[in-house]
Amino acid sequence: MSNQEQLATLVDAAVADFTAATEPAKLEDAKARYLGKDGSLTALLKGLGKLPPEERKTVGAEINRAKESIELALTTRRDALRNAQLETQLAAEALDVTLPGRGRMRGSLHPVTMSLERIEALFRSIGFAIADGPEIETDWHNFTALNTPDNHPARSMHDTFYVTGVDGKVQPDVLLRTHTSPVQIRAMLAHTERYKHLDTLPELRILCPGRVYRVDSDATHSPMFHQAEGLWVGENVSFADLKGVVTDFLRNFFESDDLKVRFRPSFFPFTEPSAEIDVAFMSGALEGRWLEIAGCGMVHPNVLRCGGFDPQKYTGFAFGMGPDRLTMLRYGVNDLRLFFESDLRFLKQFQ
Amino acid sequence: MQFSESWLRSLCNPPITTEALCHLLTMAGLEVEEISHPAPPFSDVVVAQVLSTEKHPDADKLKLCRVDIGQAESLQIVCGAPNVVAGMKVPCARVGAKLPGMEIKQAKVRGIDSFGMLCSARELGLNDDHGGLLELADDAIVGTNIRQQLDLDDTLITLKLTPNRADCLSLLGIAREVSALTGAPLISPDISAVPATHDKRRAIVLDAPEVCPRYCGRMVTGVNSQAPTPEWMKQRIERSGVRSISALVDITNYVMLELGQPLHAFDNTQLAGTIHVRYPAINETLVLLNGQTITPTADTALIADDEKPLAIAGVMGGEYSGISATTTDLFLECAFFAADAIVGKARALGFSTDASHRYERGVDFELQVAATERAAALILQICGGQAGPIVEALSAENLPKRPAVGLHTARAEKVLGISLGADRIEKILRGLGLVVQRNADSFLVTPPSFRFDMSIEEDLIEELARIYGYENIPTVPPVARAAMMPSTESRRTAMQLRHIVAERDYHEVVTYSFVDTEWEKDFADSIARSAPIALANPIAAQMSTMRSTLIGGLVGALTNNRKRQIERVRVFEIGRCFLRTTEPNDVAGFTQPLRIALLAWGPNADEQWGQPKRAVDFFDLKADVEAIFGQYAPRFEKATHPALHPGRCANVIIDKKVVGIIGELHPRWVQKYELASAPMIFEAELDALLGSNLPAYRELSRQPAVTRDLALVVPQTQEVQPILDAMKAAAAEIVCDINLFDLYQGKGLSLGQKSLAFRIVMQDTQRTLEDAEVEAAVANLLAIATRDFNASLRA
Repeated sequence: MSNQEQLATLVDAAVADFTAATEPAKLEDAKARYLGKDGSLTALLKGLGKLPPEERKTVGAEINRAKESIELALTTRRDALRNAQLETQLAAEALDVTLPGRGRMRGSLHPVTMSLERIEALFRSIGFAIADGPEIETDWHNFTALNTPDNHPARSMHDTFYVTGVDGKVQPDVLLRTHTSPVQIRAMLAHTERYKHLDTLPELRILCPGRVYRVDSDATHSPMFHQAEGLWVGENVSFADLKGVVTDFLRNFFESDDLKVRFRPSFFPFTEPSAEIDVAFMSGALEGRWLEIAGCGMVHPNVLRCGGFDPQKYTGFAFGMGPDRLTMLRYGVNDLRLFFESDLRFLKQFQ
Repeated sequence: MQFSESWLRSLCNPPITTEALCHLLTMAGLEVEEISHPAPPFSDVVVAQVLSTEKHPDADKLKLCRVDIGQAESLQIVCGAPNVVAGMKVPCARVGAKLPGMEIKQAKVRGIDSFGMLCSARELGLNDDHGGLLELADDAIVGTNIRQQLDLDDTLITLKLTPNRADCLSLLGIAREVSALTGAPLISPDISAVPATHDKRRAIVLDAPEVCPRYCGRMVTGVNSQAPTPEWMKQRIERSGVRSISALVDITNYVMLELGQPLHAFDNTQLAGTIHVRYPAINETLVLLNGQTITPTADTALIADDEKPLAIAGVMGGEYSGISATTTDLFLECAFFAADAIVGKARALGFSTDASHRYERGVDFELQVAATERAAALILQICGGQAGPIVEALSAENLPKRPAVGLHTARAEKVLGISLGADRIEKILRGLGLVVQRNADSFLVTPPSFRFDMSIEEDLIEELARIYGYENIPTVPPVARAAMMPSTESRRTAMQLRHIVAERDYHEVVTYSFVDTEWEKDFADSIARSAPIALANPIAAQMSTMRSTLIGGLVGALTNNRKRQIERVRVFEIGRCFLRTTEPNDVAGFTQPLRIALLAWGPNADEQWGQPKRAVDFFDLKADVEAIFGQYAPRFEKATHPALHPGRCANVIIDKKVVGIIGELHPRWVQKYELASAPMIFEAELDALLGSNLPAYRELSRQPAVTRDLALVVPQTQEVQPILDAMKAAAAEIVCDINLFDLYQGKGLSLGQKSLAFRIVMQDTQRTLEDAEVEAAVANLLAIATRDFNASLRA
């Protein structure tokens, strides 16, 4: 057998051994048999020195080629084994990815809060600041300053909650606000006081959302409910502006360009002229029906005066709407009382 | 206000459809609330006259009738009605007629051919009367369509009037409005003086002229109070929602509906002497027409004679002096009572009457004589009798005043945002029947006696807008200066906070601001409990006290959900609480802080496959609270609170100020409210959570950090916070963090001891730390803990 044939046999034997090794340790044993200190190929290399110098170079080159072949086979086999091992590991580590995620979920905002957030954002976008005020109010802020006559039925204990003093007696001047309009008065007074050094007062644009209270409780009335009141006072604020702002708001709130909005004459002590605002949807369950949604009007001169504005110089409009009703229409809620019952099955629908 | 369209059209008849008329009214501020019809649809029913009747040969209760329906030949109809007699006029449904729920066919009834059906009111759907055939008036023309005969295609319109439009509480008022809106002429009812044919009269004294500046009285003698109400009158008042009672009562109601003027008829024989309008004497009592006995309040005006009270002015008559079926002489009252004097009086007695409803809102103070004439004319026409003279008592100075109101074209155009022009304004004002004096572009307008809502320029501007049409005013977004709204980063909004809390798995609730008094006793702090804010007129006992804390509402939310078998409840609320204060405030005597509260109850997380089920505890809630505070890290100090477990309760402190409370609900309340296990509760001033720092960058170190752990054994009662505070205060500059990472008690430690393991992180921004300085820094911390807290290094 020639030297070359001998080497070829050796290489074949090594490849066969490597292939036969099914675990890394066995592969390393096989490697030692050929390339180790006492390995057969190592022995051949060691035997080179005994060869005559003229053969040494050629035989040495042949042995080295064989060694390279064996090393390549070894590397290939090592990679194959590693890959197989990884495959096994990956297969073992596979998850049921359809199992539910772990840990806590998120909670929710109250549906009326969701509406209020939208209402506030829409009005902020045209420069309305958000204003707030007390819920236990004075009779003056809630009624008198809003041009409500002394004997108006709204002032009676049939309609308005009154508060008792420390002595347990009724305080006839202290009540739970029946609307968010007293915030208008407070905001106007603060505004006119703040800018009293100016010849012309800057415009006042505010939105006052909050809780209000009336002696009323049935399927469609809650003794506590929400209101959002808007006010815009300036030198040139007109009824046409009021129509523009409120219509713009309602179409944006309901995201419906074809929402029909109508203003019809009405009566409130604190506005003149006054209007009731109706909307009609062009699709859905309530299609085509006029729904009363808000009251509005030009601020009554007596009210402007109570707020510190000269009604000859300044005009303003105000509107008040019910966020509860807007929420019911927006999300299809059919019972007002659900808003105040804290029923998690209901609230979780607004996650 | 309900009325019949055909009655309205008798006074003003614009050439528009019913639908257009209703839209017109609604858009003019007289909202049409409801439309209905006096009869359902049916066809082929005509006026018929029964010519003869004979008994059916084979049935006792049936009759064979010959009936004339205006055709060449009479019809044979079999009829079972008990009241059918020859000569009467009745509705007849012809063969082929469609009635509500049935169709009329030629049929054999017990072997006899019948060519139609004679109808009862119920068969036509008019009412529930099925006692017999509907008897028609003698003057009904045979063959006339019954719908025409009874005006059944009429429409009943109900208006929802605003309180300022009392002038439209009458047909005349509505007609006046329709005339102004459409230009169609107003055909006023025929009111002519009824001359007196005798001189019987009663003197009238206005003891309280501010209540009653005008009172007209008139005696009518010899009336037949049994006379039937004519069909036309009955139909009109019934279609206005007023029940027909007797001719005399119906006439007063008819005039009230027609003109808006309430009238009252007394039985004259029950009156003695002079008529007075006066305030009651002490303990005076009166039995009203509705049977109610009342003791009127001192400010309730009465109508009285020389001996006794007769009626509450403007509200209701007395039982004793009312007219009856035997009345022959009556005293007719037609007065103007001031709205201020009448308002609230009926309501205080628990009812409302048509009269009080009108007086409270304002009746035309020039109408009384005309209305008296109108009523007298109708009484004479229907019930006969003799009218005496009208006695009018008047206190002119107490009548409402109608000063002229100025109106300027420019002002009106500015307020409405449209250009109207003076000519158009004048036309609108005159169309409304106002007395107008024009001077170039300005006007002086004198409001009529029937309007109580025209005292300032804006009132007139509203009239202009109404008639011009709100719909015709343009809808355009206004032009304004585009100044930016301020937006601060150093404060969060309540809305942002809501989102943050919701992200921590809490659901927002809105609970009532008035709560059960019991809740306040159980959950409020001692200051609030000592001075609860009770409502004077709560709608229910469990809604009678203003809340001083949000805790009650959240516990209520928990119990509500527990009733619905919900096993895990995590809720929060942001809202006002109410406390008394002596410090100056928006509303004197009260402080109304906005608060936030969280409640967590049940398992820490929804039951799930990947983690063991465990109940939420103090530290779960504490982590949530720390998270929602964000950069403003609060401190927690052991505290007590009536609502909370005394060993599991802490004050929440920001900048050395107590801003809230956190803890586990007191076991006493867990038991009382049947909660099975204790909820964790947090409540704080909202403002404390809205502060936020502007983030400030600090340089990052490129040097390696060194960490050392220090396990200290301390007495079990030792709080962690003071140790951390002391170590941090004394730590070398290279120490950048000290954290508690483990707590151990049990095997290996003596009873009453615990081991606290701290991880100390050290780093310099400029250089690598030397071993020696690291060891020194740790040794220093150990020394502090040993010296101040009796700590020892854990073996």
